[in-house]
Amino acid sequence: MTRQSILKCRVIPLLWDDVDTDQIVPARFLTTTTRQGLKNALFAEHRARARASGTTFIIDDPEHHGATALLAGRNFGCGSSREHAVWALAQHPIRVILARSFGEIFRINALKNGLLPIELDEATHATLSQETQCKASTGIHVDLEMMTVTWPPHPPVSFRFDPFYRHCLIEGRDVLDHLISKTIEIDAYEKKRLSEQNADSKELT
Amino acid sequence: MTPRTLVEKIWSDHVVTIENGGTDVLYIDLQLIHEVTSPQAFAFLRDRGLRVRRPERTFATVDHVIPTQGAIPARTDSPQGEMIAALQANATKAGISLWGTQHPNRGIVHVTAPEQGLVRPGMTVVCGDSHTSTLGAFGALAFGIGSSEVAHVLATQTLTARRPKTLEVRISGAFSLGVTAKDIALEVVRALGTNGAIGHAIEYTGPVVQALDMEARMTICNMAVEAGARTGVIGPDEETVRYLEERPRPGESETAPIDHAKLFATDAGARFDASATVPIHQLEPMVSYGTTPAMAAPITAEIPGAPGPAIGRTLYLNALDYMGLKPGTPLQGLPIDVVFIGSCTNARISDLRAAANILQGQKIHPGVRMLVVPGSEAVRAQAETEGLHEIFGRAGAEWRRPGCSMCIAMNGDRLQPGEYAVSTSNRNFEGRQGPGGRTFLASPLTAAASAINGHLSDPRDHL
Repeated sequence: MTRQSILKCRVIPLLWDDVDTDQIVPARFLTTTTRQGLKNALFAEHRARARASGTTFIIDDPEHHGATALLAGRNFGCGSSREHAVWALAQHPIRVILARSFGEIFRINALKNGLLPIELDEATHATLSQETQCKASTGIHVDLEMMTVTWPPHPPVSFRFDPFYRHCLIEGRDVLDHLISKTIEIDAYEKKRLSEQNADSKELT
Repeated sequence: MTPRTLVEKIWSDHVVTIENGGTDVLYIDLQLIHEVTSPQAFAFLRDRGLRVRRPERTFATVDHVIPTQGAIPARTDSPQGEMIAALQANATKAGISLWGTQHPNRGIVHVTAPEQGLVRPGMTVVCGDSHTSTLGAFGALAFGIGSSEVAHVLATQTLTARRPKTLEVRISGAFSLGVTAKDIALEVVRALGTNGAIGHAIEYTGPVVQALDMEARMTICNMAVEAGARTGVIGPDEETVRYLEERPRPGESETAPIDHAKLFATDAGARFDASATVPIHQLEPMVSYGTTPAMAAPITAEIPGAPGPAIGRTLYLNALDYMGLKPGTPLQGLPIDVVFIGSCTNARISDLRAAANILQGQKIHPGVRMLVVPGSEAVRAQAETEGLHEIFGRAGAEWRRPGCSMCIAMNGDRLQPGEYAVSTSNRNFEGRQGPGGRTFLASPLTAAASAINGHLSDPRDHL
């Protein structure tokens, strides 16, 4: 896990509510045994439909070329647990998603992969939505240590972030390493459960 | 002692360590794996030189990509073949039980695991699939995870996790004829909205729920995630024990004893973080007609002009546009092309019996293609013993082998662009059942009635 604490990105204003992971990566792209090669899976149906009608899906807009933050509405990443949705976004690359709320499994998958899911309060979300629509490619500054997001001319706006994942991301620590560091406690837990089970069996006999 | 909910009790029974800020290390009693979300997890373990800590607490099945007819692809035949072969190789190498392509226990993971007695009250259960919530019907804490967490559980039999908040959904009233657990599940999702339960585990309570059999309870818990919930649970009772006493443990001739100490239930007076009541005394058969399950209405309704709770107007209009529907149009009578009876929501023996009851002695509409996909080999065998497959066959439906099939359309069973389907599955997202496919979600009764008429139909006319 790469250490992250400060990100500077330009924002793609998708703004949709309830973007499910079937939209982010359609199921036909799940037939892979690796995590790689998902760049073209990202929003594949929306992009295909845009091409067919001679328009451009927002993430393909030249104005947003090189932008690595996505601004969405409510409940981004709802639906299926497919982590491929996170991998495809990360391969675009998208590094930050700002939204009103996230599908729970998607949010956890994103955190596991260093893709930052940031929940904005209603007022901040409304302001940022309006400004990113008006102005070509707004740039934001995300500070994970201070838990603020800033974009001119506004002062820093605070966001809440899971303290455990914040620690892992800032330190560059993998969650699996954290679990492995608990091996003694896991051994002890299993031993305790086994002795409880044996005690119960003895009671029954 | 402070009264506690079922979720709180299971959680505290499984915490290994508590961290600052509320993230615990949680022990996982059972992990179920399938061929779509496990390859990357096993590859991750190989890269890190890690072995599977508890193969005996892991069960694998093939369901998402397996064909429901014809030959099973070999490894080099197709990506599906490669995925099936990868699961076979990974499971064998790790000593994990695999209900593979020829195994008599094989089936959709959330159908086969409970019917084979793997899921018990008081357990923590995970799977790389969001509909793991189905298994909460047993009073277990069961939730979906991504492939990274599949790897974490394989390596350590634990996860880092925050305890979810609790939402009590009290179902009140009584069943009417023709109304099923699926209709209740759709009504709950409609009432809560797509994000109504984010951050919460739903506990379904009330006499209606307690009167349901285990298959009906699984249908209801299955769709908890469609309201944004992490999972759904139903407190275990005599019905749970009765069902489990009939399930042999895999490889054993007798059932494992029920551990009554794990029959956790919510204490009287326990505090839920939120609560909702969903009355069903006037509930009719439901149809989800939009591009998210929450866009649902009774079969007797017209397409609403305005969206329901927590559905934005733009989303709603886009959904109607995708579905080719206009406000004011009655749902009954909307023509359909395909009927799919299957999926982890509604492919158990009671679902097939319900559909067969309507199709007995009937023929499906000549313009309709109908697939009936049993949820597991055991369900298939039982259905064939009861002659249900002959009822489906005589009606003109296709009787298939078990698998996820057209729910996720990864195995060749799919809608053509523009086709309308009535499906007993759980999601009608754009393109879910095939690019450009248009899905109406409904109960097996509604699906069967619609197959006969060639259009969305009220099953009560056939009962």
